Amino acid sequence: MLWPRLARNLLTRPRTDPPVTPRPEVVAALRERLAEAGQRRLGRSLAIRHVDAGSCNGCELECHALGNVAHDLERYGLRFVASPRHADVLLVTGPLTRNMAEALLRCRAATPEPVWVVAAGDCAVDGGVFKGSYAVLGGVEEAIMPDLVIPGCPPTPTQILEGLVALLEAQAG
Amino acid sequence: MNAEALLAAGTPTACAPWPRVVVPRAVWIALREAPGLDLLALWGAPGMAHAAFLDRAAMRVVLASLPAPEGRFPALSPGRPGAVLFERALHDLWRLLPEEAVDARPFLDHGRWPVAGPLSARPAPQEPEAPPMTFLPAEGEGVHQIPVGPIHAGIIEPGHFRFHVQGETILRLEARLGYTHKGTLSLMLGKSPRAAARFAARLSGDSTVAHALAFARAAEAAAGVAAPPRAVAIRAAMLELERLHNHLHDLGAIAGDAAFAALHAECGEWREHLLRAQHAAFGHRLMMDRVLPGGVAQDLEAPGIAALRGVLARIAAALPGLRRIYDSHASLQDRMVGTGIIAPALRDAFAPGGVVGRAAGRAFDARVLNGEMAAEAMPLHAAGDVDARWRQRHAEAGIAIARAEALLAALPEGPLAAPLPPRGGEGVALVEGFRGECLAWVALDDGGLIEALYLRDPSWLHWPLLEAAVIGTIVADFPLINKSINGSYSGVDL
Ligand code: SF4
Repeated sequence: MLWPRLARNLLTRPRTDPPVTPRPEVVAALRERLAEAGQRRLGRSLAIRHVDAGSCNGCELECHALGNVAHDLERYGLRFVASPRHADVLLVTGPLTRNMAEALLRCRAATPEPVWVVAAGDCAVDGGVFKGSYAVLGGVEEAIMPDLVIPGCPPTPTQILEGLVALLEAQAG
Repeated sequence: MNAEALLAAGTPTACAPWPRVVVPRAVWIALREAPGLDLLALWGAPGMAHAAFLDRAAMRVVLASLPAPEGRFPALSPGRPGAVLFERALHDLWRLLPEEAVDARPFLDHGRWPVAGPLSARPAPQEPEAPPMTFLPAEGEGVHQIPVGPIHAGIIEPGHFRFHVQGETILRLEARLGYTHKGTLSLMLGKSPRAAARFAARLSGDSTVAHALAFARAAEAAAGVAAPPRAVAIRAAMLELERLHNHLHDLGAIAGDAAFAALHAECGEWREHLLRAQHAAFGHRLMMDRVLPGGVAQDLEAPGIAALRGVLARIAAALPGLRRIYDSHASLQDRMVGTGIIAPALRDAFAPGGVVGRAAGRAFDARVLNGEMAAEAMPLHAAGDVDARWRQRHAEAGIAIARAEALLAALPEGPLAAPLPPRGGEGVALVEGFRGECLAWVALDDGGLIEALYLRDPSWLHWPLLEAAVIGTIVADFPLINKSINGSYSGVDL
């Protein structure tokens, strides 16, 4: 039955967390990056393509959690898309394994400009605990320069959201 | 060949708590067909092939090893389809050649590493060149291929799926993994168990507690140390919490893949509450690095226990409602029932563990083997389809709550960890994670550093069953079947 459910939901508090506020210094740094690159601005909404470049899947769990009712990333105008061709942001996790390097580069090549590259998780930042392995290149920047890094093992959904919302803020300014 | 005959025919080593024997070649070959012994894992060491079996009669693990001084050993795959992927990986990592193997193609090695046989005695430098992959063929009128991945459409680990389809019907699927190979085992060699624990905790992030615990128990067995009772109880509680948050995730995600968003949202919300309580109790949402060889990294204090018990009670109250929603939507049932069936013959041939095995009627749970749970307490929804796997997870989520609650209500007092003395030894452990049994085998040298090891995720036996379960179904059902089996990529890629 729809009506009782509707009534119940109108009478209870929202299940969603209050919105996150990004750190001002991060927003400022991103704005500078934008200006330097003379990059064309994207709108107030970002389409995100997630790329797992060899993670342990811990980071994926937290990327998934971005979509649950508590974090609800779509309320910010953020959404995950199925193809790099639709993406404004590449959200990359994992230490960049040698077996994934070509796929990541091809994915980047398939993403239209302008694009933000975000390295999420300690692995994506510099290889994390897997640094130095024969099978790992050690961080996203070994293939593409990230615009934003979000450390953590894994970063919490709130930390990831703060980063993504900072991207929105940077181009709104 | 049964377990007794195997043990009598080999030379025992000092493995604890379960035996390992070094066997002659003829005995190894006889292991191809040994009805009472289910293959758990097959791996290597320089000049040696190792296999682990479950002895179903005695409910214990038995390990067998065959020296392979010439770099070759008789394959087990001619009699055991579950051995195929292990053998391919064994050749990739240790450069031991499985003779008469059913499938000799590389698996984890894509030709992109700077060395060949990275875990062999002398890894040979190689020029990375990445030869094109070959896939098993399918022929017939109008057959075409659909290549998918390594990057998939959703938020998911990378792997390549090659479908051969005729119209909408899948004739053959091959999953090619190895994209997330991180060299995890090589990073652990030569380290102390304490220093290596963080790699075991990252074999497959969703099973971080289960793999860290299997590794810790194996290392403790090798060093002849027992974790103190308080640590044992906290670890057991963490294991159940991990099971619960993952089952909630899967219960929702399976419904989500059938485009039933309400249940997905509902389960996701409960899972988030649980992760927040875990963060409050352990300082980490997924409880990573909280299990250490010898015990636990930190204590569980009263506010944390209260937070966990509070959320467990609320989830316990919500669980029946989740099933009512599931049961009362014919459109949802229509996608689930009869989809992606794992037939009894396949179940017996592969002997898969975990939800996948139990939902196909294989009554095995490593918690029974370790005396942590009574065999009768294990529910079995044995139809082998997506629906059975959903119901199995739902039932097991309830049991996980009850077990976690019982453990948290009566944590014994005492120290949190026992020191690991720097001495040699060999240990093995089997821990029931949310996907199934996680095996760890560790050999320590005289200084207490890791000389050889293997970590085995249950997904090794789930991937080939996914390939089998989708045959004859339509492409559109693939995501649903895949999600209901939910193999770990990273866990297999090592
Ligand atoms: S940062 Fe941590 S959680 Fe993320 S992929 Fe790396 S090891 Fe896993």
